[in-house]
Amino acid sequence: MAVKVSLKVNGKPVSAEVEERTLLVTVIREHLRLTGTHVGCDTAQCGACTVSMNGKAVKSCSFLAMQAEGADVMTIEGVAKPDGTLHPMQAAFKEHHGLQCGFCTPGMVMNAIDFAKSHPNPSESEIREALEGNLCRCTGYHNIVKAIGAGARAMAAGK
Amino acid sequence: MHAFKYHRPSSVDAAAALVKGEAKILAGGQSLIQAMKLRLASPSDIIDLGTIKDLAGIKSDGKSVTIGAMARHAEVAHSADVKKAIPALAALAGMIGDRQVRAMGTCGGSIANNDPAADYPAAVLALNATITTNKGKHEADKFFKGLFDTALKAGEIITSVTFQAPKRAAYVKFKNPASRFAIVGVFVADFGGSVRVAVTGAGPGVFRQADMEKALTAKFAPESVASIKVKQDGLNSDLHASAEYRAHLVTVMARRAVEAALK
Amino acid sequence: MGAPLIGARVERKEDYRFLTGAGQYTDDVELPRQSYAAFVRSPHAHAVVKKINSAKAKNSPGFIAIYTGEDFAAAKLGGLPCGWLITDVNGQPMKEPPHPCLAQGKVRYVGDQVAIVIAETSEQARDAAELVEVDYEVLPAVVDGSKARAKGAPQLHDIAPDNTCYVWAIGDKAATDAAFAKAAHVTRLDLINNRLIPNAMEPRVANGSYSRADDSYTLYVASQNPHVERLLMTAFVMGLPEHKVRVVAGDVGGGFGSKIYLYAEDVAVTWASRQVNRPVKWTSDRSEAFLTDAHGRDHHTVAELAMDKEGHFLGMRVKTTANVGAYLSTFASCVPTILYATLLAGQYRTPAIHCEVTAVFTNTTPVDAYRGAGRPEATYVVERLVETAAREMKLDPAEIRRRNFITAFPYQTPVALMYDIGDYNATMDAVQKLADVSGFSKRKEQSAKNGKLRGLGYAAYIEACGIAPSAVAGALGARAGLFEAGEVRVHPTGSVTVFTGSHSHGQGHETTFAQVVADRLGMPIENVDIVHGDTSKILFGMGTYGSRSIAVGGTAIVKALDKVIAKGKKIAAHLMEAAEADVVYDRGVYSVAGTDKKKMFGEVAFAAYVPHNYPHDKLEPGLNENAFYDPSNFTFPAGSYVCEVEVDPETGAVKVEKFSAVDDFGNIINPMIVEGQVHGGLTQGIGQALTEGCQYDATGQLTTGSFMDYCIPRATDVPFYQVDTRVTACTHNPLGVKGCGEAGAIGAPAALMNAITDALGVKDMPMPATPQAVWTALKNKK
Repeated sequence: MAVKVSLKVNGKPVSAEVEERTLLVTVIREHLRLTGTHVGCDTAQCGACTVSMNGKAVKSCSFLAMQAEGADVMTIEGVAKPDGTLHPMQAAFKEHHGLQCGFCTPGMVMNAIDFAKSHPNPSESEIREALEGNLCRCTGYHNIVKAIGAGARAMAAGK
Repeated sequence: MHAFKYHRPSSVDAAAALVKGEAKILAGGQSLIQAMKLRLASPSDIIDLGTIKDLAGIKSDGKSVTIGAMARHAEVAHSADVKKAIPALAALAGMIGDRQVRAMGTCGGSIANNDPAADYPAAVLALNATITTNKGKHEADKFFKGLFDTALKAGEIITSVTFQAPKRAAYVKFKNPASRFAIVGVFVADFGGSVRVAVTGAGPGVFRQADMEKALTAKFAPESVASIKVKQDGLNSDLHASAEYRAHLVTVMARRAVEAALK
Repeated sequence: MGAPLIGARVERKEDYRFLTGAGQYTDDVELPRQSYAAFVRSPHAHAVVKKINSAKAKNSPGFIAIYTGEDFAAAKLGGLPCGWLITDVNGQPMKEPPHPCLAQGKVRYVGDQVAIVIAETSEQARDAAELVEVDYEVLPAVVDGSKARAKGAPQLHDIAPDNTCYVWAIGDKAATDAAFAKAAHVTRLDLINNRLIPNAMEPRVANGSYSRADDSYTLYVASQNPHVERLLMTAFVMGLPEHKVRVVAGDVGGGFGSKIYLYAEDVAVTWASRQVNRPVKWTSDRSEAFLTDAHGRDHHTVAELAMDKEGHFLGMRVKTTANVGAYLSTFASCVPTILYATLLAGQYRTPAIHCEVTAVFTNTTPVDAYRGAGRPEATYVVERLVETAAREMKLDPAEIRRRNFITAFPYQTPVALMYDIGDYNATMDAVQKLADVSGFSKRKEQSAKNGKLRGLGYAAYIEACGIAPSAVAGALGARAGLFEAGEVRVHPTGSVTVFTGSHSHGQGHETTFAQVVADRLGMPIENVDIVHGDTSKILFGMGTYGSRSIAVGGTAIVKALDKVIAKGKKIAAHLMEAAEADVVYDRGVYSVAGTDKKKMFGEVAFAAYVPHNYPHDKLEPGLNENAFYDPSNFTFPAGSYVCEVEVDPETGAVKVEKFSAVDDFGNIINPMIVEGQVHGGLTQGIGQALTEGCQYDATGQLTTGSFMDYCIPRATDVPFYQVDTRVTACTHNPLGVKGCGEAGAIGAPAALMNAITDALGVKDMPMPATPQAVWTALKNKK
């Protein structure tokens, strides 16, 4: 049965008529056509679907759209400035070659931004632990870890 | 996932009234939604507790900490009250899943689900918690009934969990490298005069380790448990860990937990 | 003209779209009137399909259509072809059992396709697929390759007795046996190279559509080689002319081999799109990916190394059983033969080598090339043998290698390959410094004080990349050429679009190739765009695998560039009223030697498209050239790795403390990208050695069928790597490049297992060295 879900995505109020079994990621990808949020697994491990909900990084494949009723969601499409300037975390990923195929990248960036808010100058081990919920098959994490450290420091410096 | 009917009750009583047949209560959803996606669970109805106000929150009076059923793992992990009263509990909450899962997963959901490799049940048992529901209270020792089973009756919903603050405690877990659930997790809590040791991941459900409790009550020191051999009978055996290996790990993790508690 | 772009750490052109969510992966493609497919798959490893009842499915909401093997047979769709013919020891062709897109009477592994169900939404397609009732008669299964030929083993294919695809051999057996007869010492190992599940982060997707207007098909597919996909699908399966089929592989989220192949789902959605007259999209979920993406490795090998009393290698004898799974995947047959046994010389002057490979069918997912493909298996055999030999001979493991390194080039190995160039002492020297090998004993003492066991292991790998000289490949059984194509299209105002048959799914070709072109043309990199992955835009292509893109695809572009520059020279000569022979070209500037006359490349390009003052009698207008390049030899990247581990003897947990890698990839276009490729490869190699063990139970159920049970490395499982390079330029391509994509995955497992066995003081232990396996090994040692 179709139900209506209303929420805010990237600052804009949106609503969609969905089946009750619809996941938040499905609303984001298929109804709103914001395809930067990806689905890489079906057991909540890869983190490619990570978005920010009410300011916290969550896995949008792991809950129902209905659970996000009224929530304030930000996806990777909402991270850069309106003029296209990259967020410091995005810029750090680019500078440090923290991405290859790009599939895990949006989830990595969304998690990293949330993490950096509470870790302005993270250690290597803090970063690696913060990535428990994000899998990457390309980079070996080396440059992702470097990028997140640099991105966090850039965010703290207000760049 | 299969189709179902979704409900968003505004009170626990309203939620309880909706429970019937194959209905399932939805807390954070970090286990249930996965099972539904894989079509391993197919509830007829989903009763979402997400908007019920009085289920959230964390309270501490120094002697105990009461955690609302819908308190997220991340809230518990970062709570100054919990860190002060029972730092081991905050640490445990900070070890569950990953940080995105911790932002959604709930204390009540984890305890009601009673996954044999989950972390929270070890804290409930070791910290002699009281589980409060809409129907009454459960003692920790009588709550967990084995694989994914608890003393909760149909229509009974956890509202909060009260953990007793120990003199010192620690939780150490050896993670399944793939799932990050516990292959073996041991929670050791010294209440001064009595020690409780709870083991998760090793068996079909969380359990207390009487030999270790006795030895640690006599003397709360790593060497008290270091040579206690745990029987492998009844322990889980799977592709990640045999019962023999798990039995061995219980001793190692218990000793490390005592060392950590003493730090 | 700016600083040279070749060799510079240029940030990637493709990153902006990936970082802002603007990438266009195949699942992001949504076509008008899109419908969705789900597959009914076998829950059994081996069974007869007796009856398929789709009555309930047809009544399911949103149902559109169902097709089974019967429909495919009626439509005369062929089976999935194998692209490489192996000729066995008796001169007979390998056994090639039919590989139907949808089961024809029998299913042979869990996940084998039985039917395609199409509905209005993907969930409805799954709902309907679940309602299809299939009556199976379950048969006994065989899953272990080493048991496939046993007497009484269940038989998969009538045409392959004893489940044997082929028994193949290479090398001089008599010379090898003679070498063993005079050996002072023989080291022997019984090795298992574990089966792996590739797990690119983007699951496979295929979206087929049909146009009645011109009777043509378009397939959007997550593929590493769209032209090969089209060739195989049209010529071998669907019987369609190639010009009626367009294959598009846009942004692809990692491949590692698993997206080289033509899969049944690709054919099914393409064919079905015409039947239902709507686009049909199938998106694999991760659970399906575990079951149906071609797996990697799965060798059981007995290997022996004969030495004289100083540790000089005299001969190597290898017998391998390769489990190819239930059917022959696209390149399954060449991986355990041509890409494996030919690398058994490694970096050493072993004069006599003999290898026999038996490929067997089992009731498991088909096995094919996975990052490294044959070369990691070879390196594992050679480098585990060499390290073990050093221990048995009481020689330093670096020293035994140095004693046997090939130092004169070109070098003809006894297993067919001719190495053009290398400097193995240079990479060994460098890695020993980088890894601070001399400080190891102190670190080991410190670990011991903390109750930990520390170990160090080497691997000196070689690989054959730049695949491949077509004539050589053809002689060895390849059913396709292995050249590459490139096109350089200079626009009137001087910007350039380059079309390449290579395919980037993480490798960064849009940057690396653009660096080459912009550097040669003396223009900003922003003025160069690289286009790949669409058969309607690109003249042809063999795709990306086998670390071939820069060496073969890059060279094709360079050849096209040469033609552009040569034509430009004629135009410039005309414009400068000089003889062509007097015009010199250097990074964007044509000048006349000994004068101050010059024309910028952009001026020449403009003249080519606005040919008012133009040598029309000698030249056509326009500036657009293409080239096909077929390499004259393989390239031979090589390197030395050192891994250092610390083992917790109480739990068996292994921590990779340090990993140092020094590679020789020839010349390097973008060191930043190359380092990233090494990091990723190393991590997959570490995954193979430490965490990734695909397991089936005895009935053929995959027990590691999700990330809950199959562990690909996380950030906490790996360290920061120390990587460096040494350069001997490839002698036979203009860029002097060798390729870098697979090296890490090739060298890492042996280095890691050498380190672990060193730490534990055991001769061998199987991969993956999970905590339980390490703990058990230590317990058994006591």
